[in-house]
Amino acid sequence: MISPRYHREIPQRYRLEAGRCADCGEIHFPPRAVCRKCGARESTTVVLPNRGKVVTCTVVDIPPAEFDDQKPYVNAIVELENGVRLTCMVAEAPPDAVDIGTEVELIFRRLRCGREWEVLQYGYKARVV
Amino acid sequence: MRDVAVIGMGITKFGELWRSPLRDLHAEAVADCLADAGIERRQVQSAWIGCMSSGLFNGQEHLASILTDYAGLAGIAATRVESACASGGAAFRAAWLEVASGASDYVLATGVEKMNDGADATYCLSTAADQEYEVYHGVTFPGLYAMIAKAHMHKWGTTREQLADVAVKNHRHGALNPKAQFPQEITRATVLGAVMVASPLGLFDCSPVSDGAAAVLLAPVEVARALGKPVVRILGSGHATDTIALHDRADVSRIPVVQAAARRAFAMAGVGPRDIDLVEVHDCFTIAELVCLEELGFFEPGKAAAATSAGETALGGRIPVNTSGGLKSKGHPVGATGIAQIAELYEQLTGKAGKRQVKDARRGLAQNMGGSGGSCTVHILEVSR
Amino acid sequence: MHGIVGWGSYVPRFRIKVEDIAGQWGADAAAFKRGLLLQEKTVPGLDEDTITISVAAAKYAIARAGIDPREIGCCYIGSESHPYAVKPSGTVVIDAIGAGPECHVADFEFACKAGTEAMFVAYSHVKSGVMRYALGIGADTSQGAPGDALEYTASAGGTAYIMGGENVAAEIVDTYSFTSDTPDFWRREGEFYPRHAGRFTGEPAYFHHVLGATRGMLEKSGLEPADFRFAVFHMPNGKFPLKAGKEAGFRQEQLEQGWVVNLMGNTYSGSSPTGLAACLDVAEPGDRILVTSFGSGAGSDSFVIRCTDRIKEIQKKAPATRDQLADRRIYLDYGKYVAYRGKIRMNQL
Repeated sequence: MISPRYHREIPQRYRLEAGRCADCGEIHFPPRAVCRKCGARESTTVVLPNRGKVVTCTVVDIPPAEFDDQKPYVNAIVELENGVRLTCMVAEAPPDAVDIGTEVELIFRRLRCGREWEVLQYGYKARVV
Repeated sequence: MRDVAVIGMGITKFGELWRSPLRDLHAEAVADCLADAGIERRQVQSAWIGCMSSGLFNGQEHLASILTDYAGLAGIAATRVESACASGGAAFRAAWLEVASGASDYVLATGVEKMNDGADATYCLSTAADQEYEVYHGVTFPGLYAMIAKAHMHKWGTTREQLADVAVKNHRHGALNPKAQFPQEITRATVLGAVMVASPLGLFDCSPVSDGAAAVLLAPVEVARALGKPVVRILGSGHATDTIALHDRADVSRIPVVQAAARRAFAMAGVGPRDIDLVEVHDCFTIAELVCLEELGFFEPGKAAAATSAGETALGGRIPVNTSGGLKSKGHPVGATGIAQIAELYEQLTGKAGKRQVKDARRGLAQNMGGSGGSCTVHILEVSR
Repeated sequence: MHGIVGWGSYVPRFRIKVEDIAGQWGADAAAFKRGLLLQEKTVPGLDEDTITISVAAAKYAIARAGIDPREIGCCYIGSESHPYAVKPSGTVVIDAIGAGPECHVADFEFACKAGTEAMFVAYSHVKSGVMRYALGIGADTSQGAPGDALEYTASAGGTAYIMGGENVAAEIVDTYSFTSDTPDFWRREGEFYPRHAGRFTGEPAYFHHVLGATRGMLEKSGLEPADFRFAVFHMPNGKFPLKAGKEAGFRQEQLEQGWVVNLMGNTYSGSSPTGLAACLDVAEPGDRILVTSFGSGAGSDSFVIRCTDRIKEIQKKAPATRDQLADRRIYLDYGKYVAYRGKIRMNQL
């Protein structure tokens, strides 16, 4: 069952909560136990901005079975306004509407349904602004 | 540390081998390797087994036991090594270290993957990416390399035609390799006309889903000399890791882990890219071959594509790349790939590569990569006669 | 004074036209359009459900209210399409908007009336002083069986209301409910599509309750139809709310702004709350709005709402309902539509 794993990531997936290193200020998404930059172990919670630009992207025509119902879909790496990058789908986009530099906002969507006895899985997607 | 040599190789046919189970594939490669080396089973002291995901592909873990057992080697020390698609390269490095340290004299480095066994290969492979922050969002490996390709095209003007030329060249090489999964020559039109997998990568930009195994035997150089055969010495070994998530890397048109591993290997070997006669690179996708050649230092950034189209990396060219057919044509049973690359170098350096022989090949380099560039090994081999 | 301090509607971008549904079944599209007074309906994306719609609507409501979501004391979602049979929708919503964990959460169900129920209870909480802010949402991704008349109307969308006693943008002046056991529409456990009793859904069900609640509301509040700028009635199709409004004494001009059904379809629990939002989007201080919902089974909730000076300050803080209805529509053909709605059997994982 995916429940324990799913539950642990809720602050990141639902609310874009990241960790800011208490020593050097590096922002980690997801938060990390140890700062990748300075090695410090203390961090505070910050919420990421929900606007950004596409760094690179692709249209996935052949997905794993769990995403088969959504094909074809756009995957993109998005750089948010504070420089943090993440990977997500771009919702509702005709494939040719997304390119490097496209401005997007993050929205809350159901990412996958899983098997019918599993929990539904929600999180962020991007949408062209 | 002792100098170490490769003294034998074995490799199965790569392909959709429906009737061959994981255990037998591995056993065949080991048996061929020991026969090639002229070494008895009882002399082997240890094995390092590269395999990415037998648990997901075949429901089988604990390979150290089952694979040595079925190879007729039960009793020896054995460890399964996993570093996604770089599992084979990592296993080879571990075997090298064991012999170099003086702990053992005869050590096997093997690799195996049986991917055609009923599992969802796209899913199994995707576990080599960040499960929670990439795969959760629908990312696939073709998708990750497609995003690298898109960024590379944007930065350097690389074209789909140039990507296609990588596949065409590797199929031309693979057509000369009897072990290749797809030993057919193809044309640019075939590549460009294929169905899309993850744009801009189509089906023929992608390596296939393969079953296969490979094995090489390592021993101290003195042992190799005593065998009276050409001595294929491990001149350099480099190993590096990077972030698992592509989005955590500053420039997504690059694969910096390859450069990091290459620097270590070249430094140890005391040679540079100009001293290499042939290269096996990890062309899991056409774009990967171009980026890896640039990271390895064989071409300036953004220059590998035009050089490929000009034939510089083909057999007979300035620096032949993937004479085996590469992952694209030879096949990519992921755990076996890193070992199969070493096996190709061994055949080339010992002059046994048949129709695809690189004339007077003295030094070869093999580059094996995990995930979207989260791990990489680079090995440089040199023959002396 | 207690009432609405923020509202937000969310309208999915996907649409299907009446012609495309009628064409599939060999039906007369023009006749359906005339009969239902409807040209198209919204369709949820493959990644949308009552939960995601509720989150989007609630975020817009919070943006208008300008409050810290942690001050929201409850979250009630009315829907007949909660994604889970067992497990609340509201828990996902409060964690997505940052309103948890000190929050009372419940999912409501009463056919198409569940949304105004959520509003009704949320309003009662703030009026009684139990909590500072209360969130009530009506949202649905409604289904109609293939070929059934419901297929032309059952649509997706939702609206969220934050109730409070400070910075009220639209005071809830009075409420009235009218309910009886009238089995006009139902879905039993395990059934995929709801059933309806044909024309019995009209006079004995919809009109009896909508008019009963509306007349009761007017009598209780001592107001006349002429005292209102806008009136909104539940919109199972285009015709019913206009007919009910006229029978209750309202003029066409009072009904038009909240009558979103021709472009949206019937969003069930989201229907009358979304009609109200379309009115709030353009209302002036002092404007009165009457809203009467309807839920099969059956019952109606009626509200008298009066806008304050604050309304002009917050109208533009989130997308307007009618703008969402007009903007960036993506049309699906019938084949895509049935796939999007899970009406064809796909491979199971």
